[in-house]
Amino acid sequence: MEMVLTEDQELIAKTAQDFVNEKSPIARMRALRDEGDPMGYSRALWKEMAELGWVGIALPESVGGAGMGMADLAVVVEALGRSLAPEPFVSCVGLAAAAVVELGTAEQQESWLAPVASGDQAMAWAHLEPETRYNPTAISTEARQDGEGFVLNGRKVQVLDGFGAESFVVVARSHGSSGELDGVSLFWVPADADGVSVERQTLLDSRNAAIVQFDHVKVPHASVLGEAGQSGEALERIIDRGTVVLCAEMLGGMSEAFRLTVDYLKEREQFGTRIGTFQGLKHRAARVFMEIELARSCVMAAVRAVDEGNEEASKLVSLAKARCSDAYILAANEGVQMFGGVGMTDEYDIGLYMKRARASELTLGDANHHRKRWSGLSNY
Amino acid sequence: MSDLEKFREEARTWLEQNAPESIIGVRFSELDGNWGGRKAEYSNPDMKIWLERMADKGWTAPTWPTEYGGGGLSAQEAKALNQEMAALRIPPALVGFGLTMIGPTLLRFGTEEQKQEHIPRIVRGEIRWCQGYSEPGAGSDLASLQTRAVREGDEFVINGTKVWTSYADKADWIFCLVRTDPDVKKQEGITFLLIDMETTGVSVSPILLISGKSPFCETHFQDVSVPVRNVISEINAGWTVAKALLGHERTMIADTFGASSGRGQKRSRSVMAEHAIRYLGEREGEIADPVFRDEVARNEMDTRAFGLTVQRAKDAAKAGHQPGPESSMFKIYGTEINMRRNELSVRIAGPQALGWDGPGFDEEEIAVTRDWLRSRGNSIEGGTSEVQLNIIAKHVLGLPD
Ligand SMILES: Cc1cc2nc3c(=O)[nH]c(=O)nc-3n(C[C@H](O)[C@H](O)[C@H](O)COP(=O)(O)OP(=O)(O)OC[C@H]3O[C@@H](n4cnc5c(N)ncnc54)[C@H](O)[C@@H]3O)c2cc1C
Repeated sequence: MEMVLTEDQELIAKTAQDFVNEKSPIARMRALRDEGDPMGYSRALWKEMAELGWVGIALPESVGGAGMGMADLAVVVEALGRSLAPEPFVSCVGLAAAAVVELGTAEQQESWLAPVASGDQAMAWAHLEPETRYNPTAISTEARQDGEGFVLNGRKVQVLDGFGAESFVVVARSHGSSGELDGVSLFWVPADADGVSVERQTLLDSRNAAIVQFDHVKVPHASVLGEAGQSGEALERIIDRGTVVLCAEMLGGMSEAFRLTVDYLKEREQFGTRIGTFQGLKHRAARVFMEIELARSCVMAAVRAVDEGNEEASKLVSLAKARCSDAYILAANEGVQMFGGVGMTDEYDIGLYMKRARASELTLGDANHHRKRWSGLSNY
Repeated sequence: MSDLEKFREEARTWLEQNAPESIIGVRFSELDGNWGGRKAEYSNPDMKIWLERMADKGWTAPTWPTEYGGGGLSAQEAKALNQEMAALRIPPALVGFGLTMIGPTLLRFGTEEQKQEHIPRIVRGEIRWCQGYSEPGAGSDLASLQTRAVREGDEFVINGTKVWTSYADKADWIFCLVRTDPDVKKQEGITFLLIDMETTGVSVSPILLISGKSPFCETHFQDVSVPVRNVISEINAGWTVAKALLGHERTMIADTFGASSGRGQKRSRSVMAEHAIRYLGEREGEIADPVFRDEVARNEMDTRAFGLTVQRAKDAAKAGHQPGPESSMFKIYGTEINMRRNELSVRIAGPQALGWDGPGFDEEEIAVTRDWLRSRGNSIEGGTSEVQLNIIAKHVLGLPD
């Protein structure tokens, strides 16, 4: 594993950064929020991102993707994370599409992923239930066998980017009880199927999320992903993929929050001097810098390990998510503190990063959860 | 087979044939390592044989040029050699400030004559070096040092006192910072000088540490005559050399403490996890105490994150990226992880970590305690953490003075 960007990745990073500067400054996210846009992100820009090849960068060529890896996707998502761009990379690409890649037949991949790679449709990951927290198998949405197909009953919450999505990948249970690996089943369900209802939720970071209710939803055999009841282990791998995508976004966010903070330290004056001269702040800023550097190394290692199918991949994903969670929160909290009073105002951007830091920390497992997972994977 | 794989195999074969049986698996830490030198004492004579065999191949300094007795290996080959030694549980044949600090500095700044004189003797472990930077009045503010060097013809006459000189009592030579011009900006009147500790007028007095050892000393210079040809680089240009050496020192400290462990333990438990299970017990395959279990994970994960960062810096350097002032970050983080690891070890051992000597405590328990005490110096030696944070704030973040 080489811990350095390839020339191609450097180029992708630059293109993505230019795009963000031109088309997706943080003001865009703020405007979406202020307008109360129910989608919370821009379908037009999503389409543009798809045309640039980013949505499908890690999807197979057979569905119109570029067949590259997580390491390449991460570079794009990091740039978007800098400006808190709310397009659905984590839910749609990192989780739902990854599930179809992991478990789908060639035919399923083609019909469901092609419209995603082209940016025409979005797919969302319907997994979380009130009792799930960070245990992926703690789900009780029921999938009852019905002839060749299944009938789904259950309620999913905080389905990220679920409002307006054209379809869902639903994690349900064909047998067994909540918490068991056995019985975990994945299904593809169009949003307009009979019995599906979607209700928009409002989150602190103003991202798109929804409650999705499944009431006697009939799923034909052709829409079962993998083998019913046998997808528990694949679920871990899918979530690992989604998690590294989220980590890449967090890395961008924390880097930008820190950049804003350092700029402010060089500009704001008190006691007749710039506040960046105060050692009490300097040392804390240097500590934030180190934490971000370490987080970056962990994310680079995790995406590469996932791409290589390395046997340590899960450990490195947990390492990355634990570090990113702590480092993003640190960068955001220290940022607000160092901005002083204006840091508490809605007008300043640092607060937006603090909210996103918290939301991403508590999505797909916080640092405590991932340390626990690391211990388990390390045999103690 | 690639050249590298071929090298690896040859190295392994050579190691298996040449490493004396009795040194295999010998624990080496700062205190037990073989530091060589004129006064070296060998409780195990095989260690001396091992040093000679390795030195003959230049593998005590694997990447140094062969013309000065080094191994002439590439960075990759040296890494492979290290890995093979670790896998065979063979301790290094030689450690010390010659290899990690003054050697690399001489290779960069020394004259041909100076390299010929000193480098081969470092490689062979014939000369043990110590570092004469700090003074009673010049610690973090190192450039304010006062040890005076006055020129008299072809010689400098030195007067002054160095302090915290690690292993000065066992060393043969000292690399020293001395003041050659008191009338200019403090950084501009410093000279980097090599001094034979046997020169008349040099004396040392050991200082006892909280760990019960006395690895460092006060070093006194009274009218000590040193030939001018022992100056490294130019007279009054010593500060540049001093800083370059500090870079090596910090990298070395970071490598020693941070990047070593936490890797390749996919199935077998880490040393810390075993330690925790020994004192806290095991329940359903887990460390029985969940709070300590979390702390063990945190420490391991910190170590791994740090190791990955060191690797990233190395890969970036290989790819031709300019190295930044990372050595400061590595110095802070590597030492702090090591200190937290030692704190955790002690707390896990509980009352068994209270032994100083005598009955009721095994050797390992005494070591846990002593190592913890010694580790508290990690964030002080080689430039304190606070000084490193200053460097990052200024040179990386560009914060104003
Ligand atoms: C185990 C050990 C081995 C050593 N070996 C050697 C050796 O072989 N050779 C050698 O030359 N030296 C050696 N040293 C000395 C070491 O380099 C110095 O102790 C160190 O540079 C700090 O200097 P000081 O002890 O004078 O502390 P001081 O400089 O007096 O520092 C006291 C405190 O003030 C803080 N401080 C100082 N300046 C600043 C600032 N600008 N901003 C914020 N905080 C500041 C420091 O961080 C520290 O916490 C060794 C030290 C130790 C502990």
